[in-house]
Amino acid sequence: MTDHTASVETEPQAGDRAPGAPLLELRDVRVAFRHGGRRLVAVDGLSYTVAPGRTLALIGESGSGKTVSSRAVLGLLPPTATVSGSIRFEGEELVGLSERQMRRHRGASIAMVFQDPTRSLNPTMRIGAQITEAIRVHQKLDGKAAKARAIELLKLVRLPAAEQRFVEYPHQLSGGMRQRVVIAIALAASPKLLIADEATTALDVTTQAQIMELLRDLQRKLGMAMVMISHDLGLAASFADEVVVMYAGRAVEQAPTRTLFANVRMPYTKALLEAIPRIERPPHQPLPVVPGRPPDLAALPAGCPFAPRCPSARDLCRESAPPFGEGEPGHRWACWYPCGSDGAAPA
Amino acid sequence: MSSNGSQPLLEARNVVQEFVVRGRGGVKGGVVQAVSDVSLKVMPGETLGIVGETGSGKSTLARSLLQAPKPKSGQVLLRGTDLTGLKGRDLLDARRSMQMVFQDPFGSLDPKWRVEDLVEEPLIAYGVGSRTERRRKVREVLDLVGLDPSVYGRRRPRQLSGGQAQRVAIARALALDPALIICDEAVSSLDVLIQAQVLNLFERLRAELGLSYLFIAHDLALVKQVSDRVAVMYLGKLAELGPAEALYREPLHPYTVALLRSVPSPDPEAPKAAAEEAISGDPPSPIDPPSGCRFRTRCPHAQERCAVEVPELRELGTQHAVACHFPVVQRSANGR
Repeated sequence: MTDHTASVETEPQAGDRAPGAPLLELRDVRVAFRHGGRRLVAVDGLSYTVAPGRTLALIGESGSGKTVSSRAVLGLLPPTATVSGSIRFEGEELVGLSERQMRRHRGASIAMVFQDPTRSLNPTMRIGAQITEAIRVHQKLDGKAAKARAIELLKLVRLPAAEQRFVEYPHQLSGGMRQRVVIAIALAASPKLLIADEATTALDVTTQAQIMELLRDLQRKLGMAMVMISHDLGLAASFADEVVVMYAGRAVEQAPTRTLFANVRMPYTKALLEAIPRIERPPHQPLPVVPGRPPDLAALPAGCPFAPRCPSARDLCRESAPPFGEGEPGHRWACWYPCGSDGAAPA
Repeated sequence: MSSNGSQPLLEARNVVQEFVVRGRGGVKGGVVQAVSDVSLKVMPGETLGIVGETGSGKSTLARSLLQAPKPKSGQVLLRGTDLTGLKGRDLLDARRSMQMVFQDPFGSLDPKWRVEDLVEEPLIAYGVGSRTERRRKVREVLDLVGLDPSVYGRRRPRQLSGGQAQRVAIARALALDPALIICDEAVSSLDVLIQAQVLNLFERLRAELGLSYLFIAHDLALVKQVSDRVAVMYLGKLAELGPAEALYREPLHPYTVALLRSVPSPDPEAPKAAAEEAISGDPPSPIDPPSGCRFRTRCPHAQERCAVEVPELRELGTQHAVACHFPVVQRSANGR
């Protein structure tokens, strides 16, 4: 409870690397699966960087590749997957690391929180045992010190009555409390990067607000960076510094949050934004929708993958895929006819 | 209580639902007061939304209305007939005009059946028409939900996407020409774009068939999208009930205010709720709910009276009722 406390509370250390260097850097990452004799590209040429202490949101529908790309960072993909490209964490290349080498990072400097806290916790183990286990995997501590550290973590995630909860089982806790426990476990080794995969999706709005507030607060306190995976653009708007919108395995739009929401370029992002029911809107107004559904990854159309559903698609879109280029400083999109320009529908 | 002359399609009067939970060794551990004295009406062609957190009793209320299981006390009137007094075939016949759509479409569709058989099943169960007539009806409702019967009729659930499977579940509910559809988180597991398609489908069906809905969801914006009136539930009781527009613009119950403040806005420039305004803690256990007002333990405005006296649901505006001793003053609402 003494020396490691200090390490939790200090600001992030850039170490011996150049100041301003990214914590996590993905370059042209590609993840392919063998699936019943077919090859399925789940992530196709994804690049992004996350600076220490910053939050990046990966947004997209199911099957867009947001979760697969994040699992690639942690080396959590099944053996049927092949990863190419480069994933650098603090400058070290993660692609191609052995399972043994990967374990040095996983859960230590990079931790992950999943959607369903029930499935992340062992129902037959007491809360305390699960946290101390996580602590002792990464630190040589005796039982007493580990317990002290566990209680400290439970208090850090503001679990009410931490000492009492320590001896309870997951089923005795509410969904929100369970997710706090999962976050406490993720924080056990003071990670520099937390990957939160739909971490609040299964929770009620009031609990979601509490957990997001907690994560933001912890981030400030611990100087931790975060990759937030979500289908919810509203959540991204409220909590992320930068947003990457994914579709059919590719990044289709990327920008700092404010830039993106002020000036949506990709018709897919626009469709996502408009399809969200808004509290400000009067009832019974039809939602603007795009028809169809995301393409089969094993049978992607030629050209832009969104073209078959896109209201502003033209011949060029169906023939060749648009490059993911920086159309404006800091703002990239993959679209031949972006919104707000060239006669296309303004954003 | 009865305001306008026409008869409600569905009316719940003082519905109570309780479950006994066993403690260690099978001894009686307590009684979960899942739904406590809830009264509400759904008018013909109307959509009543119900919002609330996990454990607020909204799903239990829906099941109590369907008599699955019957409520412990209270009445459920469907077109004036009290369902709680009916049994067996009479109940089945009376309940036919009330159908339900659940959250997980795959969980409610037998994976081994073909779509056309799944949709025909309720018709067979109720002995409707000849086989030819039933098949015609199946094609009709599949068309109605936007699935081409010649393409999707022969498919099995695993050959469908989530959105398509939910359309099949809706087609099944429509097969018996119901007057009311109860949707319990019916679009909550769908991706945003598919969710919008299904929400629009619900709205279209409402206009085309004159359907009523009881639309249950935890997402406040979603509920507003489809609802004429909205009920807010907290720990088994109605906290607030009112026209959708008014309830969202001028919420009266501190709990409704807190819920609305918790919704993240898809606009980064939108003012964020200050941390001290956010609701704290978890809802207390429905086994031993707080005395007086059940929300008082999390309420920023709670006073002594709230612990002593149960607030009754009373009308404060046009059709706008609240169960609170100290309703929120309008100026603090998030309008304008």
